[in-house]
Amino acid sequence: MALDKNGIAKRIAQELKDGYYVNLGIGIPTLVANYIPENIEVILQSENGLLGIGPFPEKEKVDPDLINAGKQTVTAVKGASFFDSAVSFAMIRGGHIDLTVLGAFEVSETGDIASWKIPGKLVKGMGGAMDLVASAKNIIVATTHTNRKGESKLLKKCTLPLTGVACVKRIVTDLAVLDIAENGFKLIERAPGISVEEIKSATEGNLIIDGDIPEMKL
Amino acid sequence: MNKVVKNAEEAIKGVKNGMTLMLGGFGLCGIPENSLKALAASGVKNLICISNNAGVDDFGLGVLLRDRQIKKMIASYVGENKEFERQFLSGELEVELNPQGTLAERIRAGGAGIPAFYVPAGYGTEVAEEKEVREFNGKMHLLETALTADFAFVKAKYGDTAGNLIYNNTANNFNNMMATAGKITVAEVEELVPAGELDPNQIHTPGIFVQRIFRGVNYEKRIEFETTQ
Repeated sequence: MALDKNGIAKRIAQELKDGYYVNLGIGIPTLVANYIPENIEVILQSENGLLGIGPFPEKEKVDPDLINAGKQTVTAVKGASFFDSAVSFAMIRGGHIDLTVLGAFEVSETGDIASWKIPGKLVKGMGGAMDLVASAKNIIVATTHTNRKGESKLLKKCTLPLTGVACVKRIVTDLAVLDIAENGFKLIERAPGISVEEIKSATEGNLIIDGDIPEMKL
Repeated sequence: MNKVVKNAEEAIKGVKNGMTLMLGGFGLCGIPENSLKALAASGVKNLICISNNAGVDDFGLGVLLRDRQIKKMIASYVGENKEFERQFLSGELEVELNPQGTLAERIRAGGAGIPAFYVPAGYGTEVAEEKEVREFNGKMHLLETALTADFAFVKAKYGDTAGNLIYNNTANNFNNMMATAGKITVAEVEELVPAGELDPNQIHTPGIFVQRIFRGVNYEKRIEFETTQ
């Protein structure tokens, strides 16, 4: 069965390593924080000026001056720090963030990503996404494999305005884990119960299938 | 030298139609609520506003947008502001969207006397249109220019009569840089104390950057998404 949002987040959490500084985007990426393995320490950065995001606050401890980049109220962990937006993006642009996880409307087989605008219909703005994808050492996209109309989001070429070029390394969808390889999307893992054929038919871009593809272990 | 003004009405004196303003805050966090209300009430028009976001439909910069006081927005995120998105898509409002880090750095550069700089963000995207591209260390970069403003409006938790400011938690965000980039910087603070009462080691914005300061009143501090355990 295809994974739900939490399933995608759970799988991405397996990519985290002890000591990582991580920026999680809005949406599914935010959920990754719920599945950080207990035996490792990961520091979450929020581009509005917080290093060390903690859990959501208890009702009586909500502080309007303490939010994440999704404008949700949060807490700060022990050892956290606050800073202005220029310092925040010095962390990002300077390559100090180990891993960025973000959502996407489309990803191309060469690692381009589109995530901020649907011309004539919707403008979200790029926020910090362009800065993040241009400078992060490792970028994982968290997305559903197809859009609401059932069309593939994993394309030969993006059709929407780009957020960044040739930057995505890995994609975790509700159907599969894929890496951007030289000639397309290299299939790494299948979601439990999902066949290679199902992934193939949901992928518009070139899909590279090399040997037996294992199931995700969640 | 007296930087202290009575209230927001006095603080916005000199803001004229067509001026460029910077407004601190991220979403609704750390926005200069008092100055924004006074600007809305003043009816000043054709403003160019530089702010990461544009408030929500009925609060913050959103009010100035709704009342058509803004000619152009320079921002990074439209997000959940329906009226902003509507005016943008219909072409009623001129909008320049910048990558957030580029926006922050353009403001920082403006305050620091650096006219332009190169960043990798936006290379190969719409943001790169008409910008100089140059390769450094095997990576492509865009030339971005500095931003300054006729007035910068910032909000801090603490301020003193010398104009020194201390922000609270994530309410710092764009305020610290914007304070440096206004020809006239207006700071509104929750607590205004005599010079000497703030620890000089803890100051975020040194007083040299602030021309007017006042104690704000009736802070709503609206929360966009109250999320609890």
